Order: sequence, then C-alpha cells, then structure tokens
Amino acid sequence: METTQTFKFGLDSFGDIPVDDDGKLMSHAGAIRQVVEEAILADKLGVDVIALGEHHRHDFSISSPETVLAGIATRTKNIKLASGVTVLSSDDPVRVFERFATLDALSNGRAQIILGRGSFTESFPLFGYELRDYELLFEEKVELMAQVLKEKPVTWTGTTRHALAGAEIYPKTESGRIHTSIGVGGSPQSVIRAAKYGFPLMLAVIGGSPERFIPYIELYKQAGEQFGTDTSEIGIHSPGFIADTDEEAVEIAWPNHKINFDRIGSTRGWPPMKREHFDEEVAKYSLYIGSPETVAQKMAKTIKALGVNRFDLVYGGGPMPAKARLHMIELYATKVIPRVKELLAESDGISGKTK
Amino acid sequence: MAKQNKNLTIVGAGKLGIVLAQLALKAGYTVYVSGSGSPDKIRLSVEVLAPGAHALTLADATKRSDIIVLALPLGKYQSVPKDMLAGKLVVDAMNYWWEVDGDRDDLRNPETSTSELVQSYFDTSRVVKALSHMGYHHLLDETRPVGAPNRKAIAIAGDNAADNQVVAQLINDLGFDPLHIGQLSAGRWLEPGHEAFGANVDSDTLASYLHDLPPSYAAAVT
Ligand SMILES: NC(=O)c1ccc[n+]([C@@H]2O[C@H](COP(=O)([O-])OP(=O)(O)OC[C@H]3O[C@@H](n4cnc5c(N)ncnc54)[C@H](OP(=O)(O)O)[C@@H]3O)[C@@H](O)[C@H]2O)c1
Repeated sequence: METTQTFKFGLDSFGDIPVDDDGKLMSHAGAIRQVVEEAILADKLGVDVIALGEHHRHDFSISSPETVLAGIATRTKNIKLASGVTVLSSDDPVRVFERFATLDALSNGRAQIILGRGSFTESFPLFGYELRDYELLFEEKVELMAQVLKEKPVTWTGTTRHALAGAEIYPKTESGRIHTSIGVGGSPQSVIRAAKYGFPLMLAVIGGSPERFIPYIELYKQAGEQFGTDTSEIGIHSPGFIADTDEEAVEIAWPNHKINFDRIGSTRGWPPMKREHFDEEVAKYSLYIGSPETVAQKMAKTIKALGVNRFDLVYGGGPMPAKARLHMIELYATKVIPRVKELLAESDGISGKTK
Repeated sequence: MAKQNKNLTIVGAGKLGIVLAQLALKAGYTVYVSGSGSPDKIRLSVEVLAPGAHALTLADATKRSDIIVLALPLGKYQSVPKDMLAGKLVVDAMNYWWEVDGDRDDLRNPETSTSELVQSYFDTSRVVKALSHMGYHHLLDETRPVGAPNRKAIAIAGDNAADNQVVAQLINDLGFDPLHIGQLSAGRWLEPGHEAFGANVDSDTLASYLHDLPPSYAAAVT
C-alpha cells in the first residue's frame, strides 16, 4: 500500500550527553561520537532518516549538526541526513545552504534541512542577535532561504542581512534541490509561513494530544491552496523511548526525562516535573515510551489521526546509558517500524484508503 | 451573581489566543480576535482554527466586548493603546517570557506582579490575572464539564470581587474550576518561577501549590 511505502520513519537527537557503561557522563566529544555510532546502526537497520538538532548549551553536544552529519555521511549508505532544527534566525541562509550542499555532495544527495526558530535562544546572544527581533529575523531569513534553495542567482534585500544582487551560491547540488522543511510548534503564523513558501511541514509535538494538531494541518493545506503551493508532505516529531518491556522503558526514561525537563524548566520558571505528569503524558499524550508494541500502537494511532507521512522519534533525552540508547534504536528499527507499517496497512485495508 | 456577558474579545492570535477562542466558541460565546496588525493577517488562522470567531482590528475588537483577554507577549502590552480598554474588565493572561520578550528589567521586578504593571498602565481599566499559568495545550486538552471528577483549576487574582466573579464565570464556562487566590498582587505566585506556574491540576492541588502565598496577599477582596 502506498501510504506505508512512502512513509518515512526518523530518529532525532539533540546530542544529549549519555553515560557510559560505568555510569560516567561522557564528554561532549564522546557524545558526538556516540550519535555517529547510533546513526550507523540506524542506517544498517533501515531507518529512513536521522535528524540532529542544533543547540548551544552544555547539556547538548551538537552545535553544528551538519558537521556531525558529514561524519555520518561517509560511513552510511541510505539514511537521509537532516538537521532538526537549523536555527535559521541566528544563522545566515547563504552559509546554511553552502554547508548543506557540501553535506549533500559527501552523502550522494542525502542531505535534508529542517528550518526552525528552535526552542532555545542561546544562539542569539552568541551570534549577536536580539531576542526581541526573533520574529523579523526568522521571517526575512526564511524568505531568503527559499530563494537560495532554488540554486539560481539570488537577488534579495532586507534589514537583517546585507543585500545580494544576482549572487551565485556554491556548490550546486546534483539534484538541484536540497529537501527542506520547516519545523513548527503551535503557532498558526508559522504554519502559514511554511505553506507560503511551499516547505514541507514538521510538527514538533512535545506535549499534549497530537490530535489537537489536526486543525493546524487543515490550516497548512488551506493556506497552501491560497498560495498555490504543494502541502502534501507533513511530518511529526515527538519524544520517546523503547525498551523490551513497558516497565523497563519507564524506569529508564523517567529519571532522565525529569533531569532533562527540570534543567530546561529551571531557566523558564517551570517547577520540577512531577511523576503524575510524566505518567499522564505517557498514558494519554505525546511521550512514546514503552515496549515496542506499546510505542507502535501509539505511533500508528497518531499517524492515522493526523494523516502525516513522516514520524521522527526524538530519543535519548537526559543522561541515558549509551547502551540503552543503542538498544532502543535496534528495537525501533526491527520491531516498532515493521509493526507500525503493519498497523497502517491493516487500517488502509479496512477503509480501502489510498493516499 | 453578575450577569455573564457572552461576548469575549481576545487580543493576540497566537498559541494561547487561538486556544482561548476555540474554548469560548465551544462555550457559546461570540468571540472577537485581534492581532497586532491588519485582520487579514490572522483571518485564515481564525477561520480554520476557530471557525465562527471574528478577526478584527484591535480598535474594533476591543469595542465589541466588556471583557478583554490579553494574550499577546507581555513585553508588548504597552503597544495596546490604553484608551481602547478604558472601562473594560481586562483579563491578563500574560507572563514574562524572557526568550520572547528579551531581557527586561522592568518585567523582572520580584517585588510586584507583572499584572500590577499592566494595571498601572491600563489605569482606566480593571485588571484581573487569570488563564496565565496553564500551558495552551493543556487548556485545550483538559476541559471538563462542571462537577466532573478531576476537573482542572485556573487561578484568579484580582482586586474587585465583582470582577473576579465575572472572570470565574468565564473560566467555568471554558471548562475549568475557578480558584480565587487573592488580590492582583497575589498574581506573582502564578508567575514563572513559582510552583503554580504550569499547573494543570485540580482545585485542591492548585491551592496546595500556593502554600507560600502570604495571608496578606490572599486576604479577601472587596
Ligand atoms: N503559550 C502558552 O502556553 C501560554 C500559556 C499561558 C499564557 N501565555 C501567555 O500568553 C501570551 C501569548 O503567548 P503565545 O504563546 O500565545 O504567543 P504567540 O504564539 O507568539 O502569540 C502572540 C500573539 O500576540 C500577537 N501580538 C503581538 N503584539 C500584539 C499587539 N500589540 N496587539 C495585538 N496582538 C499582538 C501576535 O501577533 P502578530 O504576529 O501580529 O505580532 C501573536 O498572534 C504571552 O504573554 C504568554 O506568556 C502563553
């Protein structure tokens, strides 16, 4: 069935720092090499895409996803290599293109970009941007990025970067186009922006019910109709963890999820996470944590409800044992993905639905 | 009890504003929404996400209802002309969020609640703090009918009992138990950095999160 054949399964990492076999926190360098090993395993087991997020903070090792992806490129064959996300507001669209076009060359056309505003703001003071300009920065840079991606001479003027007049940007890619999406949270304006430029949509659903995004998908499609753009590609990205049993998955994920959440929450003024709320997210909402069967059922339910064609599982939040992360990837690739495909095919069969 | 006005104006058509519009429509309100600029900018979002709500300019939207919810970034509250809200009951749902508002000394003063700043700017309006502590996704997911078990609570801080009552009715209509916590100054205990911030819990639990609220702030309002 077409739905299941074209469906893409991804893994997303922010380069969280894992602990080694002795329970010792790895170095940033070690954490980066760990992600490379994980991507190699994911490639071997047939996962469609690995997406690496850009962060500039001590608890995440990856600040330059495309450099890590370039390392992965030379040691993998099929897996698509994506950022997730590239914080465009504090970057230069021309440089972003140059780096990903280079990655595309090294990987024989496997580079992908997910543009976003990012959920953190460390890059702003680091690179000399004002937080209060973030809306304008993103708006202008998406506009420029959309032009640069056409791989034709670029003419552009704006207020956040100096103008370009007929500039050629190199290297050109072999396909003529780097696959580029926009990652959005719950902001309607961002959804419309993605449709305006015809970028595929990646919904970041990190809490609450995924079904609440159904109207946002409708908004994306209707906006696409108004702008005359293609809005057929829609993905979702949500956090999760898989172990052999539900109990084991929760036992490993809970303390790590809490550490992760509390560390981020403390800078935003959220009180420490309570166990009830974690349990509620796992039971009802957007934490895909459990045995392969539990996670597959939950993923299939979301995929069917939203009608998306890509699901990226964000893994490894907090200082998890490196071994548990590798085992999770193995279970994701060998048990969860085939099971989700089966569940989707079953329901396609029942409804006779073709997409 | 004050007669409930079934019109509601929401300033801000972002994550929170849209969810509040959805909930109010479900509760049978006539809903008016405005963003910062032309209604054209938000029309499609409002039509698709909150069908039935009216996208208007700020000047138009604020005329349509006696209750105005502020759901824009706190850092921009002074961009709403205060005359437009004269005589209105203003529900302040805003929080100081440095990642959006930038580093702002004026919004970070630990001695006053940000709602008091909002009140002193809108000095011809009556400001009540509410609908600020629960994440927008929880607001959408967690509504329950009156009397349902584990109905979630929304705190209210305001200086005038009649106004608090009107806001309590609104919250009840939207699907939550209202919890009066005290004067507007008590709103500080709902802000980021306090235990109640982010709370998505029932009334008793929410009350327990406010254990460090000094009695003088919680004092009954007149
Ligand atoms: N997100 C939550 O879970 C949540 C929960 C409780 C409280 N809050 C508070 O609610 C407020 C809004 O948050 P949000 O997450 O909804 O932000 P958001 O998604 O960024 O939306 C903000 C909205 O405010 C509009 N706006 C900006 N300046 C305006 C002005 N001068 N007049 C009218 N509208 C204006 C923006 O429209 P333009 O695009 O036209 O500028 C945008 O639609 C914040 O104070 C936040 O702390 C948020």
